[in-house]
Amino acid sequence: MTRYILQRLGYMIITMFLIATFTFFLMKFLPGTPLSAADKLSEEQQAVVLEKYGLDDPVPVQYFNYIVNLTQGDLGISFQFDNREVTTIILERIGPSMTIGVQAMIVGTILGMLLGLVSAIYHNGFLDYGSTFIAVLGKSIPSFVFAGILQYYVGVKLGWFPVALWGTWQHTIMPTIALAIFPLAIAARFMRTEMLEVLGSDYITTARAKGVNKFGVVFKHGLRNALIPLVTVLGPLAIGLVTGTLVIENIFAVPGIGEQFVKAINTNDFPIIMGTTLLIAFLFIFIILVIDLLYGVIDPRIRLAEGE
Amino acid sequence: MKKTNWLLLVLALVLSMFLAACSGGGNESEGDSGSSDNGGDSENTEEQSSGDSEQVLNITDSAEIPTMDPALATDAVAFQFLGSTMDGLYRLGEGGKPEPAIAKDHEVSEDALTWTFNLREDATWSNGESVTANDFVYAWQRAVNPDTGSEYGPYMMGGVIKNATAIADGETPPEELGVKAVDDYTLEITLEKPIPYFESLTTFGTFLPLNQKFVEEQGEDFALEADTLVSNGPFTMTEWNHGEGWTLEKNEDYWDAEAVKLDKINVSVVKETSTGVNLYQSGDIDRTALSAEFVDQYRSNEDFQVEKEPTLFYLKFNQENEILGNVKARKAMQMIINREDMVNVILNNGSIPAVGDIPEDFVKHPESGEDFREINGDLVETNKEEAQKLWSEAKQELGIENAEIGYLGGDSDVAKNLDAYLKDQLEELEGLTVNVQAVPFKERIDRDKNMEYDIQNAGWGPDYIDPNTFLNMWVTDGGNNHTGYASDEYDGMIEKANNELAQEPVKRFETFLEAEKKLIQEDAVLAPLYQRASAKLVKPYVKGVITNPMGPDYIYKYAYIEGK
Repeated sequence: MTRYILQRLGYMIITMFLIATFTFFLMKFLPGTPLSAADKLSEEQQAVVLEKYGLDDPVPVQYFNYIVNLTQGDLGISFQFDNREVTTIILERIGPSMTIGVQAMIVGTILGMLLGLVSAIYHNGFLDYGSTFIAVLGKSIPSFVFAGILQYYVGVKLGWFPVALWGTWQHTIMPTIALAIFPLAIAARFMRTEMLEVLGSDYITTARAKGVNKFGVVFKHGLRNALIPLVTVLGPLAIGLVTGTLVIENIFAVPGIGEQFVKAINTNDFPIIMGTTLLIAFLFIFIILVIDLLYGVIDPRIRLAEGE
Repeated sequence: MKKTNWLLLVLALVLSMFLAACSGGGNESEGDSGSSDNGGDSENTEEQSSGDSEQVLNITDSAEIPTMDPALATDAVAFQFLGSTMDGLYRLGEGGKPEPAIAKDHEVSEDALTWTFNLREDATWSNGESVTANDFVYAWQRAVNPDTGSEYGPYMMGGVIKNATAIADGETPPEELGVKAVDDYTLEITLEKPIPYFESLTTFGTFLPLNQKFVEEQGEDFALEADTLVSNGPFTMTEWNHGEGWTLEKNEDYWDAEAVKLDKINVSVVKETSTGVNLYQSGDIDRTALSAEFVDQYRSNEDFQVEKEPTLFYLKFNQENEILGNVKARKAMQMIINREDMVNVILNNGSIPAVGDIPEDFVKHPESGEDFREINGDLVETNKEEAQKLWSEAKQELGIENAEIGYLGGDSDVAKNLDAYLKDQLEELEGLTVNVQAVPFKERIDRDKNMEYDIQNAGWGPDYIDPNTFLNMWVTDGGNNHTGYASDEYDGMIEKANNELAQEPVKRFETFLEAEKKLIQEDAVLAPLYQRASAKLVKPYVKGVITNPMGPDYIYKYAYIEGK
């Protein structure tokens, strides 16, 4: 098992390196320069500023310098926020994104799973139709529409929670709900389908025949098997939520990283683009590794030969 | 085997706890910030309503402050809050007029090249030191020093302050810059050429002073956080939560502290217009901008305000294009566009038709006080018949029946609508086909520079309050001309206005009037489209905020809250 994890970590470094390389050269195709007043400066004046940031070197030299700095953990300084360290900016911005992302994942997954379970247990009943309806609604209404409705009615009209902005835990509630809708819908649908399939299988019938009660069957024997596809889908989804969503962050004025990332691309802020890409890539690979390991925990059948 | 299971589970648990802890920590530390109390505060005071109002202003801005370093600032947000926390030689007051700040007054030498400013002796920095002439010398040298990497330093000072361009290009040491401290409270500035609007320039963010000791102490960290900032203005920044908002508090040591009534300004970053509107409705903020889709909804609201900005939009014609090189063709295009419908239907945000190259309410006649735009009147008109006539004459001169022309436009929703409308209007000219290409802003700037366009929808905002900022662009080979327009006569007028007539404001103003007529009416270099305006909602209890045509958009120095 240790060997397997080490091997995976090795691949991880290679993957990160390839992503860094690819992103670096892709960035160089962006039109324009990182200068914010490029239209007002003469060519010579632009050259002076670009030289300061080392952007006048040939691209291969820039690439080499970047990778060397990267291996030393230096992500450079931002262009749009003059002289601010990329690491500082990302660390400041990832906090709020993670807060609402993690909360939304937890709330969405748990509620979604419960909804899916209820649907499966009361298959074709009133509760099933009700929860399926909620799930379909959650998946098909774009989150920004839902967020807008939530903000206006719950925030402005009812005044239950702060309309927007950031600061206290109350501020995180509405963005969390708005973000949780999607994982909730996904979890509910997968849970329902898988659970129905599992409940129809022979070993469940056996368990029932042995006299295990309905809920015991579902929680002890069914749930574990139904979790596999759910984990597969929710893992990558979690990355998306945790690393920030532009739309929800903008609507609730959350100072998160999603908005920062998009702005960096629009302003040719190369160091921020690289930093954020690498962070997201790292989290992605890492979560995939965790999911692979979780498979083994959930289902003993999927266990690596080496690990035995 | 069971053991490994548990190990992994524990690992997963620890990991999730770690994640939760991370986010929880961030949450707590941000819970302390001032902005969190805003909502509560403003609600409470609203209920009390009577008596003395709390002098707190709650506003939003659309973006994080990119930098608080005057030399590195390039955008509206930075200049806004530099303007609120810093005083230059002069500062903008009512009607865009410079009023004394660190400088009490100044004298100009006979050749108009040497300006001597007498500084007040009671101004101090927030670190306790007094503001002296040396602070200006240091800050200005720093702004043009290539090591600083400033963009606006070379741009604003080049060609203005003696040797600025040479220093920015690295040919001359920064010490050679034409700025000298005669003594602690006398600043002598040598200009490259007479600059009649220099007084207005000194109010601009790039020309702010800096306390050398403080800046050098902070080194790389200077102006990155609230506590690595130094200020000498009406407010100081006491809190700066990046991406979230910042707080300004009254500077008790400000030389003119008596005039400052607000105790606190809370600024939150809000990007969505709808969010701003909701926050305005719930009473969390005192002012919000409205985009076109909200204008109809709030037009009749009593808090609704429209403000003209001095930013102009126009069609730029590449005269290297055979068809657009023909002045009659360009005139036909100027005349075929119905600007009224454009601003009322397409833009619908209070923008007004542009009829020249100088916006309304921007500069006034030095003696009569009449608006530039009023004196010169409409230099373009909509006359479809006349346009068709000119167009067919142009076609005859060129020996063509049909014409196909490229049109470079923006990629935002508003720009796309506008460009589609303009394509439609232009194609009313018989036999003309317009091919619209929507590109991102940066791409358009690149193509503009290389003159890779036929017609382009472009805009310009002023850098100082003088007609020169708009008209100087179009001189032969001007840095931002890029139309191929080259007229000795026009060059001569601008040259005359800026040199010979530098000391004669009335004649100079009249020369600009003439130059504009030549540019737009005679040579039809541009087809003016519209002057931008912004619609917003402002709470009636916010008083005394001065709106500026440029630099810091709002002056809060004299603002106060009454009757909240």
